[in-house]
Amino acid sequence: MVGENIAFGILALVMGLSAIRVVTTKNVVHAALYLVLVLAGVAGVFILLAAEFLAIVQILVYIGAIVVLFLFGIMLTRAPIGRVADLDNNQRGLGAVVALFLFGVLGWILYDGFGEARLPVREVARSGDVGVSIFSTFVIPFEVISVLLLAALVGAVVIARRD
Amino acid sequence: MYLMQFLALAGFLFCVGVYGVLARKNAVLVLMSIELILNSVNINLVALGVYRGFDQAIVGQVFSLFVIAVAAAEVGIGLAIVLLIYRNRASIDLSEADLMKG
Repeated sequence: MVGENIAFGILALVMGLSAIRVVTTKNVVHAALYLVLVLAGVAGVFILLAAEFLAIVQILVYIGAIVVLFLFGIMLTRAPIGRVADLDNNQRGLGAVVALFLFGVLGWILYDGFGEARLPVREVARSGDVGVSIFSTFVIPFEVISVLLLAALVGAVVIARRD
Repeated sequence: MYLMQFLALAGFLFCVGVYGVLARKNAVLVLMSIELILNSVNINLVALGVYRGFDQAIVGQVFSLFVIAVAAAEVGIGLAIVLLIYRNRASIDLSEADLMKG
């Protein structure tokens, strides 16, 4: 029980600091690399929550594919590599106020609702259980997602094509 | 472990992502902030599922998988749009993309 809390604390610390660096760093490539840290931390949190299949999918899809896509985006738009002062607009103060206000409201509401709630002892959800659930209860949403992915693929090709 | 630990972490990531969306003007960085927001939602789904018991934990994980799939589609389309904006205007500064401003 103590080990879990220590692991959670380390993960939360790394994720929080990295997330702040993602939105404040002056270097676009560094932002992508800090995003990798946050995403890996999310995978660790999934493991703490006994969702190991989801943790593997998180690493494969997010760190393996999406971050690489971001790096390609940075490269193809010839974003300035290195420190640039000109990545933020002039609404940083207002944005910070809005984010802090939102955090306060969210924290208060969640604490009000779930403040004393303890997680039960986690039973590891095996990949088979998740698969059975996807292909029985949630088979229609699954098909819809697959059509959505196909449409997004075709759409991305059509949008980015030179003609 | 308390459920609130996970909800607080997810809420923090969400708010950092909202700040990034509001304060950044490079389009790729805005997309990265959106990823932060989607990940916080995934943590919430899984944590609340575990809180509700084993069956609901599976349901939470399935919905997280769906969110990951939608996020992948969203990033693909988003970066395609960013590339198109870059090709047409030679800049991905969002404060300059004001063609539809009234």
